[in-house]
Amino acid sequence: MTHATMAHGVQRDASPYLEDVVKKFALAATFWGVVGFIVGDYIAFQLAYPVLNLDLEWFSFGRLRPLHTSAVIFAFGGNVLLGTSFYVVQRTCRASLFGGPALANFVFWGYQLFIVMAGLGYVLGVTQGREYAEPEWFVDLWITVVWVAYLVAFAGTLIKRKEPHIYVANWFYLAFIVTIAMLHLGNNLAVPVSLTGIKSYSLFSGVQDALTQWWYGHNAVGFFLTAGFLAIMYYFVPKRAERPVYSYRLSIVHFWALIFLYIWAGPHHLHYTALPDWAQTLGMTFSIMLWMPSWGGMINGLMTLSGAWDKLRTDPVMRFLVTSVAFYGMSTFEGPMMSIKAVNSLSHYTDWTVGHVHSGALGWVAFVSFGALYFLVPVLWKRKQLYSMRLVSLHFWIATIGILLYITAMWISGIMQGLMWRAYDSLGFLQYSFIETVEAMHPYYVIRAVGGLLFVIGGLIMAYNFWRTIRGDVRTEVPYEAPHAAVAGAR
Amino acid sequence: MSLMKHHAKVETNVFLLLIGILVTVAIGGLVEIVPLFTIESTIEKVKGVRPYSPLELAGRNIYIREGCYNCHSQMIRPFRDEVERYGHYSLAAESMYDHPFQWGSKRTGPDLARVGGKYSNDWHVRHLIDPREVVPESIMPGYRHLAKRPLDFADASDHLKTLRLVGVPYTDEMIVNAKADLEAQAAPDADTEGVAARYPKASLGDADGNPAITEMDALVAYLQVLGRMVDFETFKPEQALR
Repeated sequence: MTHATMAHGVQRDASPYLEDVVKKFALAATFWGVVGFIVGDYIAFQLAYPVLNLDLEWFSFGRLRPLHTSAVIFAFGGNVLLGTSFYVVQRTCRASLFGGPALANFVFWGYQLFIVMAGLGYVLGVTQGREYAEPEWFVDLWITVVWVAYLVAFAGTLIKRKEPHIYVANWFYLAFIVTIAMLHLGNNLAVPVSLTGIKSYSLFSGVQDALTQWWYGHNAVGFFLTAGFLAIMYYFVPKRAERPVYSYRLSIVHFWALIFLYIWAGPHHLHYTALPDWAQTLGMTFSIMLWMPSWGGMINGLMTLSGAWDKLRTDPVMRFLVTSVAFYGMSTFEGPMMSIKAVNSLSHYTDWTVGHVHSGALGWVAFVSFGALYFLVPVLWKRKQLYSMRLVSLHFWIATIGILLYITAMWISGIMQGLMWRAYDSLGFLQYSFIETVEAMHPYYVIRAVGGLLFVIGGLIMAYNFWRTIRGDVRTEVPYEAPHAAVAGAR
Repeated sequence: MSLMKHHAKVETNVFLLLIGILVTVAIGGLVEIVPLFTIESTIEKVKGVRPYSPLELAGRNIYIREGCYNCHSQMIRPFRDEVERYGHYSLAAESMYDHPFQWGSKRTGPDLARVGGKYSNDWHVRHLIDPREVVPESIMPGYRHLAKRPLDFADASDHLKTLRLVGVPYTDEMIVNAKADLEAQAAPDADTEGVAARYPKASLGDADGNPAITEMDALVAYLQVLGRMVDFETFKPEQALR
């Protein structure tokens, strides 16, 4: 592993890496992250207090929910992925970005334009009505152009690399870019009513459309939110820990197994529906198998800490990275379990699914992103250190408590609602009307929204820390984590 | 260590890596999706399922626009409690003309696959304007703008034509009469013979009492046809056997 893992450490400043665009992506990620968290928390409060829908179409849950999901997945997550991939690919290839600043800036601004077009569309009611693929046909065409430019910049840099081997993080980035392109094209096949209008009709219908959508939907999770962020793990965890990746062989096996198996898992979103049984069973089987390569990645990430576990105590940035991998392990166990048809019959359509998604999205995706951003900001702006490590620590604990409140509330409300739906009284009648189950959710919706609020506050703390770091400020403080070292230093 | 030796070829060649990834990720989707188009038993042969009337279609597009699918499923699973709560489990045939499908993934509100005919037009209108007036514990947003806004249906026939392109069997007659059918279905006392013949079981009449054809009229017409096309009195379960 040594040649591939460690080589990027040398010749760091020998070639003019393109960093301006990475800075922009880091700022955009921070901005969209905070926006996406706030919208998410607002709609969480709407479910507890429906008056917050304001009876205005632009503020209704149905229009804001896609705004939240797209803002956090594609605007926050996407900017993190594009930014880190440009940073990582240059260093691990020892080559500056292919296409130079012009192509890089086109990708950056083109991607922001996509975000704004999609987001404005949702609020105004322009949507395809496909979860996580809501943008209409013209926005889909635009993002296709931007995505091809992104692939050219990324793969072009790989081609002109000075390093003989392609580093493992880049396999994951490449799989993310290529597979997302395939899924996007396959799932958005549609015929516009008019070339000057916004409305289109999907090429497929009913059962075929459902499976195409969840082939896309589940692999947006698999390749956008997993493969891409595993790439981040494979660069930033070893970098921050200053240790090589635990196992080269494990990374090969789990990479190919993960990308092969993930694609099959889509039908587990359609258990007991009108989708044919054979497809449901295939989806369930592959979802369970997926547990193994997922944990392969987790083991590779965690074991990279071998010999450096003390950093978990002394470095709050490392704590974000390691906790994210732990959450990844937890949600990739929970996912296969929920894909088992018997479990799914209870969990499907309930908040349990929402809780599961957020343990992955907040615990894994957001935490690994926070870790990478905290690593990147001082490096990119050439500051010796972050403004405040205490604030990083504070962010970590506030956000962690927020996540725990969120997912425990959703476990309880989800399982409770699932059980209430199927409960019978002693006379053999359904025990609860639907609205009684809605009423029972209220306290948990409040707890969830409070947990989300803590997560938002954490994001704001991070943004503040970045602002002060970029300004060049350093807070005079004794870090929570290293009182002894600081005392020793003071002497 | 042979794995490492062979893998070196892949990880030193961008094109090999790229092709390897593409082939690896293509397989699962091909195996699962393509047969759904070729295996005939995927969609049952059931009588009664018809394309949406122009008014229902406009209502369906409003349903999509407002993001109703974020909280309501349209897919009843074959469980005793679901069948008792919502009605007969959903058949694949019932959404065969749904571009896109709206099965949903979350029930913050109840399933709507068979909501058609369960409540009166008046109930729907009041409920959509102010859900808590009708169901005090409801957490649904109010949609008062639908009742005020006239429905834009100038291009009704273009929508039918586009859907015919993607496989919905709209006839020439349906396309020619699209605008007239839409108006006839929503008007309080129009000649509805044509629209009723072309679209059996369509909910006729002015839903919201506003003489103009509003977005509310369209949405209610859509909700009122949901799940009613197949007659489950005469439906034989063996028809659904695959």
